[in-house]
Amino acid sequence: MRDVAVVGFAQRQMAQFDGSPTCVELLVPLFADCYEQTGWTRRDIGFWCSGSSDYLAGRSFSFVQAVDAIGVIPPVNESHVEMDLAWAMYEAWIKIQTGEADTALVYAFGKSSAGVLRRTLALQLEPYTMTPLWPDTVSLAGLQARAGIDAGLWDERAMAEVANRSLTDAEKNEYAVRRGGSSVEELLSRPMYADPLRKHDCAPVTDGAAALVIAAEGRAREVCERPAWIRSLSHFVDPMSLGTRDLKRSPSAQRAGAASDLDGVEVAELHAPFSHQELILCSELGLADDVRINPSGGALASNPMFSAGGIRIGEAARQIWSGSADRVLGHATSGPALQQNLVCVMGSEG
Amino acid sequence: MAKQPAAVIGVGQTHHRAKREDVSMAGLCREAMDRALEDAGLGLDEIDAIVVGKAPDLFEGVMMPELFLAEALGAAGKPLLRVHTAGSVGGSTAIVASSLVQAGVHRKVLTVAFEKQSESNAMWALSVPIPFNMPVHAGAGGYFAPHVRSYIRRSGAPNHIGAIVAAKDRQNALKNPYAHLRNPDTTVESVLASQMLWDPIRYDETCPSSDGACALVIAAEDVASGSPNPAWIHGTVMRSEATSAAERDQVNPQASRDAAAALWKQAGITNPIDEIDAAEIYVPFSWFEPMWLESLGFAEPNGGGWRLTESGETAMDGRLPVNCSGGVLSSNPIGASGMLRFGEAALQVRGAAGEHQVDGARRALGHAYGGGSQFFAMWVVGSEKPSN
Repeated sequence: MRDVAVVGFAQRQMAQFDGSPTCVELLVPLFADCYEQTGWTRRDIGFWCSGSSDYLAGRSFSFVQAVDAIGVIPPVNESHVEMDLAWAMYEAWIKIQTGEADTALVYAFGKSSAGVLRRTLALQLEPYTMTPLWPDTVSLAGLQARAGIDAGLWDERAMAEVANRSLTDAEKNEYAVRRGGSSVEELLSRPMYADPLRKHDCAPVTDGAAALVIAAEGRAREVCERPAWIRSLSHFVDPMSLGTRDLKRSPSAQRAGAASDLDGVEVAELHAPFSHQELILCSELGLADDVRINPSGGALASNPMFSAGGIRIGEAARQIWSGSADRVLGHATSGPALQQNLVCVMGSEG
Repeated sequence: MAKQPAAVIGVGQTHHRAKREDVSMAGLCREAMDRALEDAGLGLDEIDAIVVGKAPDLFEGVMMPELFLAEALGAAGKPLLRVHTAGSVGGSTAIVASSLVQAGVHRKVLTVAFEKQSESNAMWALSVPIPFNMPVHAGAGGYFAPHVRSYIRRSGAPNHIGAIVAAKDRQNALKNPYAHLRNPDTTVESVLASQMLWDPIRYDETCPSSDGACALVIAAEDVASGSPNPAWIHGTVMRSEATSAAERDQVNPQASRDAAAALWKQAGITNPIDEIDAAEIYVPFSWFEPMWLESLGFAEPNGGGWRLTESGETAMDGRLPVNCSGGVLSSNPIGASGMLRFGEAALQVRGAAGEHQVDGARRALGHAYGGGSQFFAMWVVGSEKPSN
């Protein structure tokens, strides 16, 4: 396998994009950030891949205009996944592994605030028997949280501890949409939103876009003093059926963790849009107690659809770049109740 | 670093129809997948990863349907990817699946592309009004008709060229048991007598709207060597260009020309028309056959394409048989149409195309395009292992 590293990361996250920006307006500033970080231009990029959803955009072919943000001539080696940024990065990593490209810029975008997100996501369910009932994302997560509480795996206090830590860490993240810790007691005194979930247990609806630059050995060191070398990249999916799944578990997360070498991981950025999901992920991945979880504040602070998973990888990579960690983990999830999961382990050693 | 060799060892497709009311989305995909797996002599449990492709989710009304389909597609407990690159998606999906093998990450990958267009009104799904954008409301035919008119003006093509293509592909479709349209009476004259829809595109020069799926099993060298007739992948390419740019040539886009040049170079082909034995080219409207023949380098620009078509050289017994399967003009489940082109190219070099087999085909082109001619995906497959 070729050594490939994350060498660039740009993001925008906000409660609501101002107005109705086009893909070009959204992405050009992000690409500019990536070019500035690396010193590269678009002509240094060997492969492009984006992640987005037509349903979130409320239109077909919503990614087509995004190519305009790259520029016109020459045409580019480019692809798109109807998935989170993390999987767009996976496709790019594969492309680099084939030897066809040495560098890639991957990006994703989504304006979650344009509709009622929890209702839009009900359209992701099995269309014959589930979607007609319109079970929304928050309610499904509530059922999952309740299942774990009833089984004695966690309690509301443990969930509040996750939220309090996330919101406290988010104070240092300029992109956080929700921030400001208080105390577990204070959080527990707040009203229920979807019993047993309180608002702070649920990721805020977030608009956003993000980009990552990855590069193979040889190119990565040109532009980054301490590249975040991808040591493993693994993803799996579970059956969706909510009636037959054990909602307390996420076997695909467990598999992705088992396929990775997690020894020595100091920092983990976990894509857990609900507080109890972080507890499930820590358990499925078998993370040691001393692993620092979500120093960015994680998805409870901001969760832009289709880029939030990739942002976890970018935030984890930054820990390597800054020298504050030597081995980190970035995780992304997709689908209802942690159905699909990706784990990216990065290290400072090439 | 060189790519690991990879080959198609299984091809499967559904019977394409306007409405496949007898199957669900899962059933449609499984019909194609089960045929591909049987062809490959593999069970679903032996597959390492699943790659799903389809065009816009609004066609079926399910957001990211691969998630609810995961279990039915045998993806549970495996890696699952979902590709969407507009009309080229069937080709792009096959290329993404190939790259998983060419990267050395997986040895046996199953890829499936589908569209169940009868679940919705595809025309509506394509024409959702977008805030702050000029509505086109033209449908694909209305969008492409000016490109065709421009081609006719540039190349001096006679008006009946499109009808030749339509009549040829509909006759070819009669030799393909899976084809949607089966119109034995279609002739150049009957096409020219059909209703004008978007001048110069007549009704019989347009593709149908189909329910259908296509699946491929792509395997690494050690697995493929055990197959009696692998279709080795000699080259793959994807190219995209921007939508809004004055310098675009939408009749012969640079992304298409660049893609073709890169593909021929990868496959070691210097004279495509002599070195390619069969081509499956994405022709949703008849005139795109001569247009793409020129763009791909099979004929000289601004007229070589229509002369090749007019001379009969793109017929089954011609110098370059094009769309022996009947092509997009005879079956068009949009998300799967590109993969059908890639799969039919593989069938030709495997000698497994049945009645529409080109004798002794050794190298074949699979081609797909999408959007408003911004997105291109192509591959060359061959009966011999590539030497490069």
